[in-house]
Amino acid sequence: MEKKVKLMQGNEACVEGAIAAGMRFFAGYPITPSTEIAEFSAQKLPRVGGKFIQMEDEIASMAAIIGASLTGMKSMTATSGPGFSLKQENIGYASIAEVPCVIVNVQRGGPSTGLPTSPAQGDVMQAKWGTHGDHPIIALTPSSVRETFDLTVKAFNLSEKYRVPVVLLLDEVIAHMREKIEIPSKEEIEVINRKKPEGDIEDYKPYEAKDEDLVPAMASYGEGYRFHVTGLIHDETGFPSNSPLIAEKLIRRLIDKIEVNKEDIILFEEYNLEDAEIAIVAYGSTARSAKSAIDMARDMGIKVGLFRPVTIWPVADKVIDELSKKVKTIIVVEMNLGQYVYEIERIASKNCNIISYGRVNGELITPDEILDKIKEV
Amino acid sequence: MSSELVKKYFRYNRLPHIWCPGCGHGIILRSVVEAIDELGYSKDEICIVSGIGCSSRAPGYLDFNTLHTTHGRALAFATGIKMANPNLKVIVITGDGDCAAIGGNHLIHAARRNIDITTIVFNNNIYGMTGGQYSPTTPQGEKGTTAPYGNIDKNFNLCELAKAAGATYVGRSTAYHAKLITKLVKDAIQNKGFSFVEAVSVCPTYYGRKNKKGNAVNMMKFLKDNAVNVKAAKLLDEEQLKGKFLIGELYKSIEPEYTDEYNKIINSFQKER
Repeated sequence: MEKKVKLMQGNEACVEGAIAAGMRFFAGYPITPSTEIAEFSAQKLPRVGGKFIQMEDEIASMAAIIGASLTGMKSMTATSGPGFSLKQENIGYASIAEVPCVIVNVQRGGPSTGLPTSPAQGDVMQAKWGTHGDHPIIALTPSSVRETFDLTVKAFNLSEKYRVPVVLLLDEVIAHMREKIEIPSKEEIEVINRKKPEGDIEDYKPYEAKDEDLVPAMASYGEGYRFHVTGLIHDETGFPSNSPLIAEKLIRRLIDKIEVNKEDIILFEEYNLEDAEIAIVAYGSTARSAKSAIDMARDMGIKVGLFRPVTIWPVADKVIDELSKKVKTIIVVEMNLGQYVYEIERIASKNCNIISYGRVNGELITPDEILDKIKEV
Repeated sequence: MSSELVKKYFRYNRLPHIWCPGCGHGIILRSVVEAIDELGYSKDEICIVSGIGCSSRAPGYLDFNTLHTTHGRALAFATGIKMANPNLKVIVITGDGDCAAIGGNHLIHAARRNIDITTIVFNNNIYGMTGGQYSPTTPQGEKGTTAPYGNIDKNFNLCELAKAAGATYVGRSTAYHAKLITKLVKDAIQNKGFSFVEAVSVCPTYYGRKNKKGNAVNMMKFLKDNAVNVKAAKLLDEEQLKGKFLIGELYKSIEPEYTDEYNKIINSFQKER
């Protein structure tokens, strides 16, 4: 693919990124403001030999991408808050059965059907805790159209590498905003594929983690390794077990495979933090307003900087801990009444003052409003 | 013959199965495996998917590509598998609660698409695994732990439902008529499209005991006495058919198959290139 410069919407960049990462199956159910992701996928996938299906509901869409992924296809679905709630049971299934897949959630105002066409960042906790039981999750949150492309590729790579469902948490602003982006050439894009089993078919254990990364090699249905997949607690052979030992071992490994690979998974951006006395923590479209506010504040001589989590789950706890020792105050700005701020408080409240600044009326948080908050501090 | 089948297709180390004494599921499962054997498919070509419930533990016992999914969602998972790899023969083993209650929507839409999946319902007319609550096929007036005064829900005729929704092969048999299950499943797998086979089972532990149906033998006798083959039924009048149910091939038609139709779209772009 040659380098192409295009005016593109966040949702469209997501589909371009997914196809570049190797996505060849999409199952979804239309919901605002994620709908264009389904539409672009329907348009583009058959052209590259991939497949699109509009399922009867969100639950079925999540189920279908898990099924497709088990045959070796890189699979994705996209939705918004209400649909994300419906998908949760099967997201848990993907976690315990270790099936790679990508779930895009373009957040809108909630709860329930809420504000369909207005931006919000209210699903941060749902991304982590939406499904029941202890489970691993990775969630990424872009702040621009280009980053949406890059992080969709990253989402597929992390999902394949760690056999884990990866959530791409967009907000309506990023999804519908149009920006000029340069699509990287094929050679510039790193594509990671799942680890395949080697050796005897008879000896294959689908859930035996032999390597340091704690991720088992994964066969596809139909290629000769016949294996069993279940949402029940299972041993290394994949068959159900009621043993407390096996249950503990499995759940701990699922959590640990993300823990031990955190360095590889966690991405963040720091802006003007070197000498900062105040740090803003913001993500998605809110981080863009925060950046403008920081520039304005800097012009007034206020030492303020931005910490932007790109990997929103798992949390960059070490970096945030270090940051909180350097600044006097952290202001967490988000389009909700305080969700990520709980994480910041957990990590940093012993070291500095933490202020939560949120909004839930379906409107963006403007740079001026953030600036006022900075001035207050 | 039976033990040869077990040796060839069952995961020997997963046995014995968890089904109660007298349960009809083992007989039905054997018939399903016999159908696969007679068709001569290799084990790698077959993918068996189930939801949750008594019937849905079946894939664990079988040496194919197998998937035990969430409650009611077997057909949605199976749709993803079949779409992604149409070379796989996808067979869904499900229960009456699994496919008609929580999974009812997936059933009608899989049938509507006419996607090449064979669905076999092990219908025991009750929620067995959770302990005997009434299901969408529990006959009206009968009891379950959640219908202590008799069930007032009208029960589903699953075959009529599947046919109305667009299935291109529909058949029904019973645990008593095991040979017929084999025949129907064979035809269903060979049908290019969505195929639906209802295998009426018996649950002496919950449905039978709760409704005073007697032991497993009595329940099997009920199936024998009340099932009428569609061919034989043509010779009987309304009075003679009262209270009976039909077994055999109930419906068959030829319609475009979903994955074929999608491949046509993909191929149209390959020509373009």
